[in-house]
Amino acid sequence: MIMNGARAVLESLKREGVEVVFGYPGGAVLTLYDELYKMKFPHIETKHEQGAVHAADGFARATGKVGVVFATSGPGGTNLVTGIATANMDSIPLVCFTGQVGNPYIGKDSFQEADISGIVTPITKYNYLVKNVDDLPSVIKEAFFIARTGRPGPVLIDIAKDVFAAELDYEYPEDVRRRGYTGDFTGDESQIDDVVAALNDSERPLFFLGGGVTLADVSDDVRAIIRRVGAPVVTTLMGLGCADPDDDALFGMAGMHGSYAANMSIMDCDLLIGLGIRFDDRVTGVVEEFAPKAKIAQFDIDAAEINKNVRVDYPVLGDLRWSIPILKKKLDGSKADYRAGCAEWRRKMTAMNEEKPFSYKKDTGVIMPQNVIEEVDRLSGDDTIIVTDVGQHQMWAAQFYRARRPREFITSGGLGTMGYGLPAAIGAKLGKKEKKVVLITSEGSIMMNCQELSTLADYDIDVKVVVLHNHMLGMVAQWQRLFYNRHYSESEMNGHTDLVKLADAMGVAGCHITEKRDLVPMLSDALARGGAMLVDIEVPPEEEVLPMVPGGKRLDEMVLGVSE
Amino acid sequence: MMKKYMLAVLVDNRPGVLTHVSGLISRRAFNIESISAGYTEEPDVTRINVVVSADNETELEQVKHQLAKLVDVIKVVNVSATEHITRELVLIKVRATSETRADIINIVNIFRAKIVDVSPANVVIELTGGQKKIDAIIEAISDYEIIEIARTGAIALSRGPIPAKKM
Repeated sequence: MIMNGARAVLESLKREGVEVVFGYPGGAVLTLYDELYKMKFPHIETKHEQGAVHAADGFARATGKVGVVFATSGPGGTNLVTGIATANMDSIPLVCFTGQVGNPYIGKDSFQEADISGIVTPITKYNYLVKNVDDLPSVIKEAFFIARTGRPGPVLIDIAKDVFAAELDYEYPEDVRRRGYTGDFTGDESQIDDVVAALNDSERPLFFLGGGVTLADVSDDVRAIIRRVGAPVVTTLMGLGCADPDDDALFGMAGMHGSYAANMSIMDCDLLIGLGIRFDDRVTGVVEEFAPKAKIAQFDIDAAEINKNVRVDYPVLGDLRWSIPILKKKLDGSKADYRAGCAEWRRKMTAMNEEKPFSYKKDTGVIMPQNVIEEVDRLSGDDTIIVTDVGQHQMWAAQFYRARRPREFITSGGLGTMGYGLPAAIGAKLGKKEKKVVLITSEGSIMMNCQELSTLADYDIDVKVVVLHNHMLGMVAQWQRLFYNRHYSESEMNGHTDLVKLADAMGVAGCHITEKRDLVPMLSDALARGGAMLVDIEVPPEEEVLPMVPGGKRLDEMVLGVSE
Repeated sequence: MMKKYMLAVLVDNRPGVLTHVSGLISRRAFNIESISAGYTEEPDVTRINVVVSADNETELEQVKHQLAKLVDVIKVVNVSATEHITRELVLIKVRATSETRADIINIVNIFRAKIVDVSPANVVIELTGGQKKIDAIIEAISDYEIIEIARTGAIALSRGPIPAKKM
């Protein structure tokens, strides 16, 4: 079929099952947007390209589908950079289309020219510059294949402006042939036998779940394995929701702000079974003394993750969709009574957890941020997606919100991108309209992409925005208190911005909650009402996120205690 | 103790592939001694020869896995682990006057190098060999005035009939 390049892009998106594009028009993509207009292709225009890419990322995390972004050349592309890096660090599948200046203008420092494929090379799984319209169908087919298969990640397609207008005889390829990338990620089953053998010999096994369990959508099998074995379970930030929060084997998040029991279990276990985790510095503490008594098993799709940060005794290389069902089958078929074998070990961890759970001071006259999270947890119920920004509120959400299922706790884990939350919540809601979406944020983070409040209003997107407002860049201030003699260098946020007025100006209803007695009734009203709502909650300025493993310390060298 | 390893990286011959490979090596903080690239027996495959230095085999495995992860990379082979031949080409431009020319030619002959360009003021020496041999001729000739040097970086093939792509 004869059509122009712009039409070919949109036809290809239809064939890939793309439901919605997040984007922002501009000079180099005028032809693309003209076809979008003619085809009435579903499109959400954010107020900034960074909002578009985070929204596509939130959509991808909530649904497991590929998020799609359109942006123009030059600044359109460079505004995507933070969002692409965010997605790349957390292995989120995106396909970003950018317009490039026309072929004759490439390399001449033309108006709105930026070498975006060069700029994003270190932060994309793959990228293309399309200069010839005939390459478009195969490039798009490949891009979606590469983004969603294997270890997922963002792919960028930069398309010269004249390519959108040029005609081609369109045919979408059936399959992808790349010699260096087949999309087959099955591995060697004997590696799984080694883990089972190690488990049979282990007295203190521990499961450590990461974001890979979510990405592979294998949490049902993982939960069954956990029930079968009965070993304690801890997670990373990205692994929240993978385990059943009501399973008493779950001891919460481990790492810098992990639970006492979770971190102690890592230090004491004799077999650590990591599923879809990459042993990042925020979960290992000082890496040489991570899990010092343990043999480490690691199930991962990415060979480069094995032995990258910690030594691995039992690697299981391959897609968790392949390895986890096999592990489950082998354990189901085994006669070993794992539950009895590790009952004492689990009792010990339970006692530790009861002795030192996540806690905070409750008898204060003010609204405690941790209590807000507990109330959000209680009031919003099942079928809720929590999205966070980055900082103290993010850690409190991780500690005190009981994520029920994977894809229901959405946060920028690896890159730690402030300003991620609001646009990501927009994407999550559009991907999962039947779920309640609650953004937990702070006055620092929300200001980084506050323009997207008007996207909420303009498209009537029902996201509840809960701002933990402590008049501080909370995490920066916490480090300044601990390590910089309380020098609040640029971390006090005593500006004049009224977030409720800001929301109102952009068309979103809002309210302040300042009194403790108002928290439950007002929060419950806000969460129950239809439509977007911003709730600005006054919390104390100097509350700490605890426990905390300071940089360069072992996981058992936590700063504990209830913060005053 | 850092050890040098010769890796053969077979890649799809696509725009930007050399940048992808060299960029990855630098941003992962691996140490690269030399890199060279050229066409192969297959028209759509480029062979990138990379000499990296690494502290141990684990670090080398990291380099290999990170390289293999690139979509354009078809195969990464540690040629150093096989019986192999390494060669490098060097061109050396040396000032040569009527007084020094004979001595320089002498050195060239000792190394079985070639003189490939002569002018009244200089000669250009071409030598192919292993890194030690090239270092040695540069050392020997440095008594005279070296104007400039161009080296290709090392390339290597394993001995015997099996190509890297089938290893």
